Amino acid sequence: MTTATATAAASAKTTGTTPAPDPDRLRRRRRLTQWGFVAPAVVFMLLFFGFPLVRNVVMSFQHYTPRTFFTGEAPFNGTDNWSAVLQDALFGKALWHTLVFTAGSLLGQFCIGLALAVFFSRRFPLGGVLRSLILLPWLVPMVVSGIVWRRILDQDTGVLNTFLDTLGIGGSTPWLTSPDMALLSVILVNIWIGVPFNMVILYGGLQEIPKELHEAASLDGASAWRTFRSVTLPTLKPVITVVLVLGFMSTVKILDLILALTDGGPADATQTLGTLTYQSSFVELDFGAGAVVGNVLILISAVFAVFYLRANRTDGK
Amino acid sequence: MAAHTPAPAAPRVRGRRLGSTAAGVLVLGVMLFPLYWMLNTALQPESGLLQVAPVPAGLDLSGFSQAVSDQGGHLLTSLVVSLGAVAICLAISAPAAYGLARFGLRGTRTIVFGTLITQMVPGIVIANALYSSYVELGLVNSYFGLMLADASLGIPFSIVLMRAFMVSVPGEVLEAAQIDGAGPLRTFVRVVLPMSRNALITSGLFAFLFSWSDFVFALTLNTTDDVKPITLGIYQYIGAHVGDWGSVMAASVLSAVPAAILLVLAQKYIAAGITGGSVK
Repeated sequence: MTTATATAAASAKTTGTTPAPDPDRLRRRRRLTQWGFVAPAVVFMLLFFGFPLVRNVVMSFQHYTPRTFFTGEAPFNGTDNWSAVLQDALFGKALWHTLVFTAGSLLGQFCIGLALAVFFSRRFPLGGVLRSLILLPWLVPMVVSGIVWRRILDQDTGVLNTFLDTLGIGGSTPWLTSPDMALLSVILVNIWIGVPFNMVILYGGLQEIPKELHEAASLDGASAWRTFRSVTLPTLKPVITVVLVLGFMSTVKILDLILALTDGGPADATQTLGTLTYQSSFVELDFGAGAVVGNVLILISAVFAVFYLRANRTDGK
Repeated sequence: MAAHTPAPAAPRVRGRRLGSTAAGVLVLGVMLFPLYWMLNTALQPESGLLQVAPVPAGLDLSGFSQAVSDQGGHLLTSLVVSLGAVAICLAISAPAAYGLARFGLRGTRTIVFGTLITQMVPGIVIANALYSSYVELGLVNSYFGLMLADASLGIPFSIVLMRAFMVSVPGEVLEAAQIDGAGPLRTFVRVVLPMSRNALITSGLFAFLFSWSDFVFALTLNTTDDVKPITLGIYQYIGAHVGDWGSVMAASVLSAVPAAILLVLAQKYIAAGITGGSVK
């Protein structure tokens, strides 16, 4: 990068438009121009990501009421919001649901995504076309997917139960209406949404593995499974980390899918930290409580962001 | 991209290849079944709350015409907001990507690091803090406010993606432009942008998809019906039309059209964007 500035300085000398330019002033002006490229993005990200982070911490110590937005008054109330939220049984439930939902989704998405990535790594007619069409579920807006599945999972007239009925198994399962089943159903739908994303990234990773490695393994007489376990998986490790961490960060905060499928019900069986943040702030208009839940959500994400950065650093990027 | 059909192989191998194709078609069928069902239900508007037949008996488009009259305006809103978000996103992230790739400014690493970190901030948390500021600034229920918020979904992704590309633009080309007397801005517009066309297209496509699919900002930053994107429209539709699944599904089909079009027209960009934007 220093070469760029050196040549820049050199060319500035040769092309000097103003008579006898002061090199220091020229360099300063050049730096200013260069910052002009980067500054808008930095300001934007500070406003839309940095500011909300700080603001949420402050808000979590303020008392918001439905009247706040008319009067503009949100007095500080110490740790009242925190103790109220942390003692609320619903918060504990939502935290637990968030962890179950995230772990279950990731496990399912990753295993099926990896299996499909390996499958599509074979060469066969139409392979590429089929592989790209599988992306569709990931591209459709998540709310819309949720609504489509809401119809499919309907207990009385949904096609899934109709199908199970013809097979003679569990034809009247209350997928979304029983507190015991709802979270599992939401996880299953989210697995369906996430498989394509996992598949594409893992497929890309598989393509990067040098052919010689596999050839060497098969020359050594290793079985297909053995090759997969001792050659493919270790080589894929950085890609796997990235997939899991990105998956974690996008799954832990999911709101639209759950609202579309169950609205957090039945009996709060599918409330997560995301839906609880929304409900506290925008339904009950207690933005202080919403900020508390949101902060907990960010803390959980931050732990995993550390993993992500570690994974990135091994890439040397 | 697509697997090219290899030269005629031994019959046994060819049989196995076709077996793989059959398995692939089966997998695709299972994965796309819900989307087929969405279309199928949309074509049976009279089914209401009853069971839906596996295939539509005829081409009954009344569900679609109902959906267009109810949701057409929201589709248009989504289009306007998404195009605005794409414009804001590219205008901000393309110069930044170039600056971070090429200028060696002090703090470059910190800024790139910060860009990656933004991915961990949940949308609902951003909305929680933005809402009160939007109220003060009069940006609630405005097109511009929603465009800005939606642009935030695409900006970090675009910066990372384009920067990864611009790092590899050959230095000689930029030096040649400088020797010709072009300043940084002219070099950027005349040389760098045309060379980065693919990265720009990919970023633009994703910024569009992120914005089109946004639900959290649409839900939280709008309190009236003035600015209602299709995602919010459909969500409120199920509340109001609980017995009219045909038109709800027809509206869903219409909202999924951009995704399908983009996939068909730009599949190589989409796949490259998913891998490039996440791994780099």
